[in-house]
Amino acid sequence: MQRFYFDHNATTPVAPEVLDTLAECAGQVYGNASSIHHFGQMAKQRLEAARRQVARLIGAHPAEIVFTSGGTEADNLAILGTAHLAGTPGHVITTAIEHPAVLGACEALEREGYEVTRVPVSAAGVADPDDVRRALRPSTRLISAMHANNELGTLQPVAAIAAVARDAGVPLHVDGVQALGKVPVDVNELGVDLYSMSGHKLYAPKGVGALYVRKGTRLAPIAFGGHHERDRRPGTENVPGIAAFGRAAELAGARLAADGERLAQLRDRLEAAVLGRVEGTGVNGARDGRVPNTSNLYFDAVDGEAMVIALDLRGFAVSTGSACSSGAVTPSHVLTAIGLGADRARSSLRFSLGHDNTEEQVDALVEAIEASVAHLRRISVHA
Amino acid sequence: MPDSTSSAPIAVAMSGGVDSSTVAAMLARDGRAVIGLTMQLWNQRRLPELAGDGASGRCCSLDDVYDARRVAERIGIPYYVVNFERQFEEQVVKPFVDEYLAGRTPIPCTLCNNYIKFDRFLEMADSVGAGQIATGHYARIQYDRRTGRYQLLRGVDQSKDQTYFLFGLTQPQLARTLFPLGGLNKPQVRELASSLGLEVAEKPDSQEICFVPNGDYAAFLSAYMKETGVEPARTEGEIVTADGRSLGRHAGVHHFTVGQRRGLGVATGEPLYVIATDPESQRVVVGGNDALLRGSFFARDVNWVSIAGASEPVAATVKIRNKHAAAPARLLPTGDEARVEVVFEQPQRAVTPGQAAVFYSGDVVLGGGWIE
Repeated sequence: MQRFYFDHNATTPVAPEVLDTLAECAGQVYGNASSIHHFGQMAKQRLEAARRQVARLIGAHPAEIVFTSGGTEADNLAILGTAHLAGTPGHVITTAIEHPAVLGACEALEREGYEVTRVPVSAAGVADPDDVRRALRPSTRLISAMHANNELGTLQPVAAIAAVARDAGVPLHVDGVQALGKVPVDVNELGVDLYSMSGHKLYAPKGVGALYVRKGTRLAPIAFGGHHERDRRPGTENVPGIAAFGRAAELAGARLAADGERLAQLRDRLEAAVLGRVEGTGVNGARDGRVPNTSNLYFDAVDGEAMVIALDLRGFAVSTGSACSSGAVTPSHVLTAIGLGADRARSSLRFSLGHDNTEEQVDALVEAIEASVAHLRRISVHA
Repeated sequence: MPDSTSSAPIAVAMSGGVDSSTVAAMLARDGRAVIGLTMQLWNQRRLPELAGDGASGRCCSLDDVYDARRVAERIGIPYYVVNFERQFEEQVVKPFVDEYLAGRTPIPCTLCNNYIKFDRFLEMADSVGAGQIATGHYARIQYDRRTGRYQLLRGVDQSKDQTYFLFGLTQPQLARTLFPLGGLNKPQVRELASSLGLEVAEKPDSQEICFVPNGDYAAFLSAYMKETGVEPARTEGEIVTADGRSLGRHAGVHHFTVGQRRGLGVATGEPLYVIATDPESQRVVVGGNDALLRGSFFARDVNWVSIAGASEPVAATVKIRNKHAAAPARLLPTGDEARVEVVFEQPQRAVTPGQAAVFYSGDVVLGGGWIE
């Protein structure tokens, strides 16, 4: 069976160019980047080259990039590392639609006695900077808001939230995992202090990410045992992964504009066809102000979980939302936050396109959606 | 009869245990298209105070999902975990708790079969294009041309027979269900699993009710009520004899089940058993062994399986607990097709309200209902 991949917000395939870098580095550049000798120096060179590549993609200075094991660690380092600076519990502001890496870190703070405000979002799936302003307290230590939502693709008003944060003198962390490589990112234009990134969302391998830390932003370490990454993240650097991430960042910068335009066209083609041909469907969240590759659609009277399986058996990989540890599904907190009832939330699917998707693949996907929805509606009595 | 050579895939309910793993592997070996599905029914992270020695060896644990996935990988079939936690809570766990608090002794496995495994799961099978489902139950299904009905029969391995929990199956459900292990005994299944190269061949059998760790109902109920904020108005009460003599106090009727002997906390000369529990007065009635004997009872919500109904008295053997040896009885019609009076030839011990009564003719399940 021919298989087509429409789940790029979960993860992306490693780009061939990136794979070359990864293989070369893993095979030949095996020194420890902290070692004095030639082998260590070769590794250090690759590490710093990758740091420059990632910094360039977001308009940062290389010294502001801290490599991590991925987006989750970057989020945890930003949130816990900032909140813990004062030594006593305080207040943190985030939004209702954050990734579990952010929400989970905030819950960990709550268990330590911190208070967390989760500002709501509109039906469009966008947080209001005024809500963030109203949530501020003298004890607020951090604001954490995502750049693009992983399920809806909606872009958040980061620059406006940054203005609120700046006025209040509170640092702003932005989870940029789903925005990086999909829309232009400039940390200075956005005005963020901390920005999380993940390699495998932009055609680099899993297990590598980074946190942008604006110069002068203080951060307490969350792990201990070495002086790597300017004392911010101990542990021998994953040089092959980091080099691959750097190459992927360079590639993303080069093809961002063209890919963005093409994927938006494919996404619009998908939505126009589905909405035109299948009854009882619609787009969740705003259609404007999204990253170009993401479409979240509901199919009334269809069980989303059954639909994912039915589509997979036809060769099409999509998802109901964020991937979950056991492979099973609970109603999405994001869809609930934009006001969807449990039934509609459970009948929703996320389609996320990527560099290798074509018009033909999208058309085949539409056919499969049409057939699957018809089948599921015919047999379903519960959904 | 369903067409057994149909090319439509069969959805196998895979728990990660040896039985359902063997079913999937033998169907795949026979060239059938198989889709493996594991039902996630209960979140083991809930009620952490019950976790004890960890979540392994209980239903829906990550270990079980891992095992099921490994089997699917080995035999090369598509495999998915489907989440039925919401339905399981509504249709199995909550009724289980309500029944217990109402002084009855419920059987969640039957509810799970009726509403989850042979209803929601069948629907999921439909959704993914499977024509039939197969499970690892020890039971047999055969089509009776004379009556046009699907009959349910005991598994050949009488010690593993699971028909007591399957009496609620409807004709449409039976028509689309395969029990490939019905003709085998457990050692044969383990041998087959081993010959098919399944790592779970020696995995221990699951015990008791899957979401109740170590069979400790009272601890589960307490933890569940605490988590969900359900507080019974009053839990403690009197332990009395049948003639109303008070013997002491107890901590809550839900700690007791009819026929129970241990844990009464009262000492008298003769062994005492729980005869009845009354949630209204919070009383637990105790008495000697003879007081447990009953000659007849009514069964409600009767589902007729292998016969269409009982308009005349029917001779049967009736099983009133899973481990009960079915006892000879007559089923007397009441005018209501879904209610019968069961009259035993010999009085039976601990006829327990809330438990199922399943009617057999030899190995054939005639039907079953709930003890009033």
